[in-house]
Amino acid sequence: MSGFLKSSIGRKIAMALSAFFLMFFLLQHFAINMLSVFSPEAFNEVSYFMGNNPLVQYGLQPVLLFGVIFHFVMGFILEIKNKKAQGVAYAKNNGAANSSWVSRNMIYTGVTILLFMIFHFNDFWVPEIVEKYVEGKSQVGKDFHAHVAHMFENPIRVVVYVLAFVFLALHLLHGFTSAFQSMGGTAGRKKVLQNIGKAYSIIIPLGFIIIAIYHHFNHH
Amino acid sequence: MSGKGMNLTLKIWRQKDAQSTGKMETYKVNDISEHMSFLEMMDVLNEQLIASGDEPVAFDHDCREGICGMCSMYINGEAHGPDRGVTTCQLHMRMFKDGDTITIEPFRAAAFPVIKDLVVDRTSFERIQQAGGYISVNTSGNTQDANATPISKHDADEAMDAATCIGCGACVATCKNSSAMLFVGAKVSQYALLPQGQVEAADRVKNMVAQMDLEGFGNCTNTGACEVECPKGISLDNIARMNRELIKAQVK
Repeated sequence: MSGFLKSSIGRKIAMALSAFFLMFFLLQHFAINMLSVFSPEAFNEVSYFMGNNPLVQYGLQPVLLFGVIFHFVMGFILEIKNKKAQGVAYAKNNGAANSSWVSRNMIYTGVTILLFMIFHFNDFWVPEIVEKYVEGKSQVGKDFHAHVAHMFENPIRVVVYVLAFVFLALHLLHGFTSAFQSMGGTAGRKKVLQNIGKAYSIIIPLGFIIIAIYHHFNHH
Repeated sequence: MSGKGMNLTLKIWRQKDAQSTGKMETYKVNDISEHMSFLEMMDVLNEQLIASGDEPVAFDHDCREGICGMCSMYINGEAHGPDRGVTTCQLHMRMFKDGDTITIEPFRAAAFPVIKDLVVDRTSFERIQQAGGYISVNTSGNTQDANATPISKHDADEAMDAATCIGCGACVATCKNSSAMLFVGAKVSQYALLPQGQVEAADRVKNMVAQMDLEGFGNCTNTGACEVECPKGISLDNIARMNRELIKAQVK
């Protein structure tokens, strides 16, 4: 099996598996964030659960971190290998004649998302880890909703988040169906799944954008 | 033939040999008929170059009927030029206009090194084929006719569609990653779909993929460009089938 992960197709399948995992995570993250708009109390409750349940913290969180890092590292490895495989560049190349912009620029949309994630982790994840595990503070009764609303008072942060989600949408517009193809399925080539992919790629990032803008205009 | 032909400017990659570094050169050809094939236009240019004592442009060609897979060329940024479902020999000059500038380059990929001008070495494809693109046949004197084995119409059609790949390399030339997966996917599929291909199925896909990686082809990212530029319309589904076959071979 170690040879399998070194093969071009093995890497491609690993890339798709981590993508499926991240897309599932994104859906879950989206659902919880939506609560912050509709019910601050429910949002606080779920946030406390996610931040303090040992199964989530010590079971799922490391898996998620591994998934994120794996997807990025493998993406870079593949990009470097592919650049090497190209050899001399064409003087004239008409990529638009045969493929979509999003499919040809996954590395650029991906790197933008990586930069955003560093920003995002620094915003929310790192302070929370420090609070819980370094300072040892209890999160009982913490108003997570107020914290989120406070963070989005800053218009620069809102703009950064909105832009990042546009790039995420572009990344997903190719990535969603591409993952099915990589797994050896042809479902990604069928109209139904292409439409589900488009809906997912637009609705989820757009939802995150709306949440960020909502909190910007609704902080107290 | 109408009297007035096209006057064209050609920007062509010239490279003396594999060791030299090449460069783009500009040429003019006049009175080109729209009925000519692209290769005939190249013939006109070469006659002109020979008459003036210059080195003609080297390019691959053989059958000039669109079935041998020999002609290549990256024309105006696309493998086999702007038309669809054709090789360069079937690309007609009516696809161009009087006064056009046409950029002509060799197929580019680290695994397709340039031999001279527009001629590239595509023997990497042959080595992939040799790694597993065959079946075992009893040749002891009582060889069974292939037709004696019943095959569903659906499978036979899909195998035939895969087998129409002429190995021209347009998929690799087009791919931004120089991936050979459409070619290898087609070659794996044409056997994977038939009962005769089952004996070596697991070893075939493993060995052909291993050879593909060894030759230095890139990794497929599903842009789908290969399928669009393929002169034989080989479907991307063949890549998915190859991925399935490899997964199957791992658990076997």
